[in-house]
Amino acid sequence: MTNKHLHLLGFAAAGMLMIGTGAYAAVKLQGAGATFPGAIYSKWFDEFQKPKDAPQINYNPIGSGGGIRQLTAGTVDFGASDMPMSDEAIKAVKKYHVLHFPTVLGGVVPTYNVEGVTGDLNFTGPLLADIFSGKVAKWNDPAIAKVNAGVKLPSKDITLVHRSDGSGTTFVFTDYLSSVSPEWKSKIGAGATVNWPGGLGAKGSEGVAGQVQGTPNSISYVELFYAIQNKMPYGAVQNKSGKFLKASLETVTAAAAGAAQAMPEDFRVSIVNAPGANAYPISTFTWLLIPDKFEDAQKKKAVVDFLRWMLVKGQTYASALSYAPLPKEVVAKEEKQIAKIQ
Amino acid sequence: MATTSAAPAPSHGRAHSFLGRLRNGDEAAHLITLMFACSVLAIALLLIYELWIHSSLSRRQFGFHFFFTQVWDPIAGQFGALPFIYGTLVTSILALVIAVPLGLGAAIYLAELAPARLSNVLTFLVELLAAVPSVIYGLLAFFSLVPILRNYVEPFLKSTLGFLPIFQGPIYGVGFLAAGLILAIMTFPFIISICREALLEVPREQREAALALGATKWESTWQVVVPYAKLGIMGSVFLGLARALGETMAVTMVIGNDPRIKASLFAPGYTIAAVIANEFTEATGDLYLNSLIELGLVLFLITMIINAGARLLIIATTKKGSARD
Repeated sequence: MTNKHLHLLGFAAAGMLMIGTGAYAAVKLQGAGATFPGAIYSKWFDEFQKPKDAPQINYNPIGSGGGIRQLTAGTVDFGASDMPMSDEAIKAVKKYHVLHFPTVLGGVVPTYNVEGVTGDLNFTGPLLADIFSGKVAKWNDPAIAKVNAGVKLPSKDITLVHRSDGSGTTFVFTDYLSSVSPEWKSKIGAGATVNWPGGLGAKGSEGVAGQVQGTPNSISYVELFYAIQNKMPYGAVQNKSGKFLKASLETVTAAAAGAAQAMPEDFRVSIVNAPGANAYPISTFTWLLIPDKFEDAQKKKAVVDFLRWMLVKGQTYASALSYAPLPKEVVAKEEKQIAKIQ
Repeated sequence: MATTSAAPAPSHGRAHSFLGRLRNGDEAAHLITLMFACSVLAIALLLIYELWIHSSLSRRQFGFHFFFTQVWDPIAGQFGALPFIYGTLVTSILALVIAVPLGLGAAIYLAELAPARLSNVLTFLVELLAAVPSVIYGLLAFFSLVPILRNYVEPFLKSTLGFLPIFQGPIYGVGFLAAGLILAIMTFPFIISICREALLEVPREQREAALALGATKWESTWQVVVPYAKLGIMGSVFLGLARALGETMAVTMVIGNDPRIKASLFAPGYTIAAVIANEFTEATGDLYLNSLIELGLVLFLITMIINAGARLLIIATTKKGSARD
């Protein structure tokens, strides 16, 4: 009996020692949130913690909604989201104020599979809204033909495909449709999941891609980086200056630069339909959600160091992973916001 | 659980005999296994409690309308479960309609008719099929079943049986029919496996008696062995149904995920398990989350009603069986 007790005590003591030394060796930060920037975040955290004694950052891509919930509950040190938090959501976080730091940019592109069409198709914002609300139901509708002169469009029904899982991609796309179509705004609105007027729901970007490829005469939307990496066909969208633009990393960054002048102090801004001749209209920031107060001085230092690194060195990793880097106007503004972290 | 904490308390004499029995081992085994059994109850109750508590907002807001509303609009804050209940029931019933005759037929062959070696090989394969993860079935369905349905099966059904409302409307490949089929494929091994066990447990005398009375092999199987194994066969059906009701991954990949009630089996639909898996991670706002959790409660309720129904059915039919004896 006594022997057993001693053993138990020994184990307990060893356990405490291990926990104790772990906390001293390095700072550990835990984050959770958006899946869209998951690839670049894991690259960043990997590179950032390479030097010896660098803070360890663990990021869990569970979705924007989940990230905000965990941050509100205080179970993570920082969150990440593809859509800015609402005023009520920020108020719900009692312990501190949440700061938004844009990290990279993403674009959303219309992708399609139309019989006999091999080239790029052109879309205007209101046309996309009419297609996705079912008003324009055939591919050879005059509204589509008008902006695609010379393309032979089939007289076939359009099959709509959308994301079935809640997603930042859907938020950006419906945010754009709401900004160009008052009818879309009042009837459907913008969100991670919306009440689609019809069509098929597919799970994840890979589900959407598979569904579009497998369904003749279908149309959907995917993230730009997904379309680039999988060499999917995608269309050009007319921007605010009336120019038909195919999304690229440059045109998405240009959208952020175009919106930079009117950028609010807290960075909670939608940059769909941004001004600028070269600005791609369906673009968005993705944000890190950082508390403005840290009780642990080491954690605070780790977060500040990371943000500084992310805004300079981190941005150079973006293009290789098909994310659009921040324009320098935004980087300069964000560096000022870092001072707000206490 | 209460028994264990109260156990050391009783008076000295009783404690002594209790210790005596404890030393025997019987009492200890009894208590420990009782605790394990209670954990089943505890988990079930905890599940209901959690689902009930975390769905309070939507229960208060929508009340019983939740069951009858067809709108699911997270932006407007309108949530109704009807299309999901419909989709869950339609796909599960479709799965059983296909899988039960197939499974029972296969089980009869394996248990009664097949040569032993063939039976062993096939049984091994059935068990292998039952162990395949559902996402594999989902991928299989998405990449092979759906194109076959879209290009051959559904156009054929539409042209031959198109006068029936269940075979009308546009063809996408994905939809109720695809989901029902993949669920049938997934429940099929369970049904074979359990039916086969049930048939094998029928005493040999039953068969011999039937044969002695002049029945053919098939008559003895269909009129004596199968009715004798009725309980096990029904058990397999309800286990298959439980799997179909709760299946998530494979269904969401092929059902089309559109919360609408349509008569056509070609139309896209949605199930309770699929919508929870799809929308839970990005759900913002308390009412939205509460509604998703209430959907979980609804699924629990459906499973409970079906299980209770199964019990009643079994009780009713066994009574009839014994009366005939």
